[in-house]
Amino acid sequence: MTSKGIFSFFIGFYLLLFFAYLFGPLLIMGATAFNNSSYPQLWPWEGFTLYWFIKLANDQAMLRGIGNSLLVGLGVICLAVPIGLAGAIVMTQIYWRARALYYLIVVSPLLTPGVIIGISTVLFWRQLLGANQPLYSGYFMTILGQATFISAYCMLIFLSRLQRFDRAQEEAALDLGASNLQFFWQVLLPFLRPAVFSAAVLAFLSSFENYNTTTFTILARTTLTTELAGRVRQGSNPSLSALALLIITITLIGAILYEIYKRREDRREKARAAVAAAAAEAEGEPAIAAA
Amino acid sequence: MSRLLLPLIPVVVALIFWAMAAAERRAVGNVAHFGFFRRNGAVLSAYLLGAVSLWILLLIVLPQLYMVEFSFRPRLPPSEIGGPKDVYTLANYSYLIFGRPGDPEGYNKLHLGIFLRTIVASIFVTLLNFAICYPIAFFMAKVAKGGSMRLMVLALIVPFWVNEILRAFAFRILFSSGGIFNTVLLATGLVDAPLDFFKSDIALYAGLSYAYLLLMIFPLYNAIEAMDSNQIEAARDLGAPWWHIHLFVVMPYAKPGIASGCTMVFMLTAGALAAPQVLGGPSSLWFTQVVYNWFYQAFNWNLGAAYAFALLIACVIFVMVVLRLFKVSLGEIAK
Repeated sequence: MTSKGIFSFFIGFYLLLFFAYLFGPLLIMGATAFNNSSYPQLWPWEGFTLYWFIKLANDQAMLRGIGNSLLVGLGVICLAVPIGLAGAIVMTQIYWRARALYYLIVVSPLLTPGVIIGISTVLFWRQLLGANQPLYSGYFMTILGQATFISAYCMLIFLSRLQRFDRAQEEAALDLGASNLQFFWQVLLPFLRPAVFSAAVLAFLSSFENYNTTTFTILARTTLTTELAGRVRQGSNPSLSALALLIITITLIGAILYEIYKRREDRREKARAAVAAAAAEAEGEPAIAAA
Repeated sequence: MSRLLLPLIPVVVALIFWAMAAAERRAVGNVAHFGFFRRNGAVLSAYLLGAVSLWILLLIVLPQLYMVEFSFRPRLPPSEIGGPKDVYTLANYSYLIFGRPGDPEGYNKLHLGIFLRTIVASIFVTLLNFAICYPIAFFMAKVAKGGSMRLMVLALIVPFWVNEILRAFAFRILFSSGGIFNTVLLATGLVDAPLDFFKSDIALYAGLSYAYLLLMIFPLYNAIEAMDSNQIEAARDLGAPWWHIHLFVVMPYAKPGIASGCTMVFMLTAGALAAPQVLGGPSSLWFTQVVYNWFYQAFNWNLGAAYAFALLIACVIFVMVVLRLFKVSLGEIAK
């Protein structure tokens, strides 16, 4: 065997090992959901059952947690996507000497431990609102706490899309008599539409799976993750595996749908570019293929 | 009082922006340059400034500052807050270092020990993470082609949408006394009785390094991907062995990416709560668990805030020192 052959054999072996590490624990956990044993384990196999899924479907506390997680997720989308969009637009316009500082401040929540974001949010807003106010609730605190750092994710998504925006379009729209608002609604937002979609999906998913911040901000209520944490610490049964399997399946379907959507979007954009090039050529101008 | 100040915040931000614009006009000379308000119009300006000031001031900066301020005050019953006893004090921090006043030990051995263990173990997990992820990132950046590359990215991302608790739970199943490792070890006769992977913290380290793999791979991938492959070819043609190429060609080039990935993984590991709660041994705590207990078991929020701030400061200082050592600037990381 040549040295190159040995090398690629090792690479393949390593990749196999890595993906086993990545998926192995999840697959085993998923499989334990079907084992008819009271503790989540694969061995000894005591027979196939769907009992744990039925138990999960009748678990009121868990369902309430899922409901709260959905509610918080929607709230985070409503807050973090507009903030992220504004943050990205301001980033492109801000006085250049302030840009580095601004960027550091808005990205800092991504590096701050979630525990600390949760604590500071609860402390500050309890002081600001007063502890007995109806607004000082687990829902509102969690939405605020999560939006602190999820807005930064959204901003990064918008920024990468805005980098491809041609400033000439803005000048053209304004020269042709569009108002600033018309430009925003009819030129900028349609251009950013894929980014809005990505940001909303990412915001929801990060909110749904967040634990560190939520455990401090949710106060007397529970979300799915805080409910799960309590269960796991008390000792566990395979209905948690069943839940994990459901989440993995839904995520996988979502990821595949998103991939299909993205490919279609790419193809459409390519087609549009081709049409534009053809039109330019038809007018007798050389298409700027290189640009 | 503080509630009355709330509406003033956007005004303050607007003034700051106006001052910056004025400064810029003076510096550049007013050459056909749109001001912020003229460029965006009243409605959009209000939205942009409102959203950004809400975010920066009410969500990021003021809560952090308030937490720091809060940590320097003693814990008092509500009736005494604002009273003569409500003074700034270092008591909460001195508790972390020296323990209860008059403690015969002299030092808060328990909490300092946990603090140190958290930092050291986070460093170890970060290095482990780097070792696991570097080959994958290199493969994705330089070897994998279009289609398989996309599939790999998808395969990498999917596990990370399963929430942290369930990911930790998966490792709990794996390492439990009836789990796959113990079953194999017992069946092959390597051990007589099931090993306790939780007490020895093996389960914790495995779970922690699994938790943030993605945040290491992508910065590494971005850095290596930007590198010109000809550099690797040149090194190979000049007869460099493969480990020379990685150590002296690829890694120096990818330094900002390495620094960025390591920083993120280190910060997140040190601040992790889910994995230690689920996978930690009964006798060993992670520092965030101590913070959590101050908050929701002892209900001493002032002390908890002090502990949280101490952790944040320690992590930031550590990261700064390492960046200085490796001569990477913060700006390079942020990219």
